Amino acid sequence: MDAASAKLIGAGLAVIGMGVVGIGLGLIFNAWLHALGRNPSAAPVLRQMGFLGFALTEALALFAFVLAILILLNVL
Amino acid sequence: MENPLEQFAIHTLIPIHIGKYDVSFTNSSLFLTITFLLIVFLFFVGTSRKAVVPGRLQSSAELLYEFTANMVEDNAGHGSAKYVPFVMAIFLMVLFGNVLGLIPYGFTFTSHIIVTAAMALMIFVVVVLLSLKNHGIGFFKTFFPPGAPIFLAPLLIPIEVLSYVFRPISLSVRLFANMMAGHVMLKLFAGFTIALGLFGVLPLTFVVLLTGFEILVALLQAYVFALLTSIYLKDTLETH
Repeated sequence: MDAASAKLIGAGLAVIGMGVVGIGLGLIFNAWLHALGRNPSAAPVLRQMGFLGFALTEALALFAFVLAILILLNVL
Repeated sequence: MENPLEQFAIHTLIPIHIGKYDVSFTNSSLFLTITFLLIVFLFFVGTSRKAVVPGRLQSSAELLYEFTANMVEDNAGHGSAKYVPFVMAIFLMVLFGNVLGLIPYGFTFTSHIIVTAAMALMIFVVVVLLSLKNHGIGFFKTFFPPGAPIFLAPLLIPIEVLSYVFRPISLSVRLFANMMAGHVMLKLFAGFTIALGLFGVLPLTFVVLLTGFEILVALLQAYVFALLTSIYLKDTLETH
């Protein structure tokens, strides 16, 4: 296998992390909706923590994306 | 199709060289200046006539201030009021930078890692120095969770040190990657619109939706940046 195709495969492997982050985001919104359904009056607190969890998890998907871009653009 | 990363290129507007250093005025500096002027304008004009019933500018200035002050108070705990100006400066800079970048032909300076890394490193240094000043040697208790069995120390301490040192990296890469990924995605779908001809209506609809999502992300990331700053600043006030 030549280096160019290995690079493409590596970039593809690097974005697998985004799929796993999808599972994580699903879990966050699942828990958020469950909590809201059980106790609607806790919405302000839940909104803050929910958005924080969303942003922290989403960042991991973007790390994977940045890594893939760096591999494709020959930076790494 | 054009390179979607082309939009992040830095162009020199006014070349300035001091010695062997290039300190030219670029489009990035232009948007930093615009951000600064907008913030100063908002707060100087907004607070120039202090009316009991606030006007539009005064309301927005008050809203931004109260939002930041509440966030710092809720997350950094007792005695954190002195950090409000610091967190607010960071919050407003990131917020205005993110939103200005969404204007067509605008430039997002937060999509450059050098800008976000400089801010995150500054926050990290401030937090470490203030913690050392306030707690002295007790600062190193941060690296050992209270109540954990002592024989776990060789395992826990490296993990805690690593996660502490990783803070500025994750803080800066989160903001930069969010901004970069969003703008790359918008550019890609705009490229599809032209490539598909008549069927380009479909990606065009998507671009409109994505722009809305990007506005949400821009606001959310500024909020998260400031929120994490205030959470980190909590360490300077109390150890656990």
